[in-house]
Amino acid sequence: MSTLGQAFQQAFGLVASGDPDLIGIVALSLRISLTAVLLSTLIGLPLGAAIAVGRFPGRKTLIVILNALMGLPPVVVGLLVYLFLSRAGPLGDLGILFTPAAMVLAQTILILPIIAALSRQAIEDAWVEYQEQLRSLGAGRLSAALTLLWDTRFSLVTAVLAGFGRAAAEVGAVMIVGGNIDGVTRVMTTAIALETSKGDLPLALGLGIILLALVLTLNAAAYLTKEAAQRRYG
Amino acid sequence: MRAPSTILPLALDNVSFVAGGRAIVDSISCEIAAGGRTIIVGPNGAGKSVLMRLCHGLLQPTAGRVFWRGASGNAVHRRQAMVFQRPVMLRRSALANIEYALALQNVSRGERARQAQDALARVGLAHLSDRPARVLSGGEQQRLALARAWALRPEVLFLDEPTASLDPGAAREIENAIAAVHASGTKIVMTTHNLGQARRLGDDILFMHQGRLAERAPAERFFTATATTEAAAFIKGELPWT
Amino acid sequence: MTRRALFCAAIGGAVLAATPAFPQENFITVASTTSTENSGLFKAILPAFEKKTGIQVRVVALGTGQALDLARRGDADVLFVHNRSAEEKFVADGYGVKRSDVMYNDFVLVGPKSDPAKVGGGKDILVALAKVRDTGAPFASRGDKSGTHAAERRYWKAAGIDPATGKGGWYRETGSGMGATLNTATGMSAYVLTDRGTWLAFKNRGDLTILVEDDPRLFNQYGIMLVSPAKHPHVKKELGQAFIDWVLSPEGQQAIASYRIGGHQLFFTNATP
Repeated sequence: MSTLGQAFQQAFGLVASGDPDLIGIVALSLRISLTAVLLSTLIGLPLGAAIAVGRFPGRKTLIVILNALMGLPPVVVGLLVYLFLSRAGPLGDLGILFTPAAMVLAQTILILPIIAALSRQAIEDAWVEYQEQLRSLGAGRLSAALTLLWDTRFSLVTAVLAGFGRAAAEVGAVMIVGGNIDGVTRVMTTAIALETSKGDLPLALGLGIILLALVLTLNAAAYLTKEAAQRRYG
Repeated sequence: MRAPSTILPLALDNVSFVAGGRAIVDSISCEIAAGGRTIIVGPNGAGKSVLMRLCHGLLQPTAGRVFWRGASGNAVHRRQAMVFQRPVMLRRSALANIEYALALQNVSRGERARQAQDALARVGLAHLSDRPARVLSGGEQQRLALARAWALRPEVLFLDEPTASLDPGAAREIENAIAAVHASGTKIVMTTHNLGQARRLGDDILFMHQGRLAERAPAERFFTATATTEAAAFIKGELPWT
Repeated sequence: MTRRALFCAAIGGAVLAATPAFPQENFITVASTTSTENSGLFKAILPAFEKKTGIQVRVVALGTGQALDLARRGDADVLFVHNRSAEEKFVADGYGVKRSDVMYNDFVLVGPKSDPAKVGGGKDILVALAKVRDTGAPFASRGDKSGTHAAERRYWKAAGIDPATGKGGWYRETGSGMGATLNTATGMSAYVLTDRGTWLAFKNRGDLTILVEDDPRLFNQYGIMLVSPAKHPHVKKELGQAFIDWVLSPEGQQAIASYRIGGHQLFFTNATP
């Protein structure tokens, strides 16, 4: 359909002209989502490993809840974070509502369960295979968890990519806690929502194409790195 | 608690292991002393693997006691190593896999590299030290597992059907390596369902049948003049698999 | 060893670079409506103010109802919306300080060119709405407590009609902003009440066109006010007041009045000096 054709034209036009607004929006989107991914990976990977290798009461319930939280609706997360960060809320004095910090917080909460749940599964599968050998060699649970985190690194990369995909794609959370403020908290997804609401569908789609291309490039880079490393380490 | 100078003999006192309502190991009492190569034989499902794991501490008995020269715990565990039927290698080079095991025993970095190279050389894998361990063949990985266990300089080496997954050529290489390990002073405790192997390697045979220690004898006697009918049937190959 | 160190340095660098800069204090948060944002008004007039005063104006665009909620919670410094009675109640309840008129435009009734309810060319919104109800032609409503929605409800009431009787039938409440509702209206060839500013800037018109306009009742007044520092001590009252003063000043009013799309003026100023 012609809208799609126009969309591609818009996309190329924007990228070719180096439109400063576009560059700003893309940079902010990457900054926010990558920071959220970094934070949730730092928390999520050890959490997943601990649950995978640990034995404690309520473990199975925790796993079910963690898996369920992968489906957290972004708009609900946004609403909850907004209520906390609002001046009328408990953390209002931080004054970070409608700033990128709030968006990073919301996205971190959103993707933490994804990274934790997927890494838990990968590490638990590995634990089944490695457990006897590692215990025979004298590795305690903590040591084993760290060893497995490194050994399952290729599967974990996929988990992290899943988290990034979710963060880069969502609009509900960042719209509410960021406010889509021009030049301050406007990211790719909220810009697409805005252009759609202005009826400028080719532009909205064009931005969408750029976003997809960005995410595709990142995934391709991650995949190639993984392949190279796998060839080296088996 | 000070590390004992030797952890042998290993003593089992009425050890049982019950799971799923079944006694997989049923009231076994015996003593395994230093010296010869002890081989545990028996048909599939006799409880050999579980018995090994009970001795090595990977499983806890549901009844009875496992004890080493009157001691137990970490210090004792460090003097043992185990090789499993399928080798489990980390996603790193062959050398790094051995270094990993040495690091767990707090060997310093420089020493680790040297001892790991040494261990690889002893099993004839020095040329593969930088290869990712997981791309090695089954036989090479098992040799690597043996090298890794040997690098720890254990007093007792347990091996659970170490050649069951290997072709005859690779199996022979493993048997040679086991002989070398034994010659260097390590006690060998091994399970196998391969009678020929038990005959080749064994000094002291423990025959298990349905979770019980049915017969125990020096290898010579076991293979020529068995005391029990089950053992005799096993040697003749008549025992059912279950 | 060095590889690992480099790796850690890269991660550390990435974190630092990615850490959002701590918010500088010289800005205000203005809660406004989707109609002012979508029309492009702010993008046109704010640079002049920011250049003059160095104060960054951060506009959060929501429906009027949501904007009022936001301001009530203290999450904005200035309120700039278009629902006079709600704004006055806001001040009366103590959440706002002195509401001032800023500008006005008008609402228009937009609908499919085929005009099944035959309201085209009419100058009476109440008559038009009655015709829409009578023919059962689809009508898209914001349904979201916005200024436009409040106006729409006033017209139905004045026409003596309860549109809820059409819910699930010809009366379709989208619960969304003006732009989203217009997109929906285009998609289902429905009638929809919109402010002229949003409509002029809207690009996905499909077969919709303005059918009813110039009824004096369609007058749409925008007001501005400071959120009460008494209720919310953290409100940036000096900076916020500076913005309000500028918007009401001849310079600000001139900026608003000179904003055009395709030659059409979108907003007409009427601040009382």
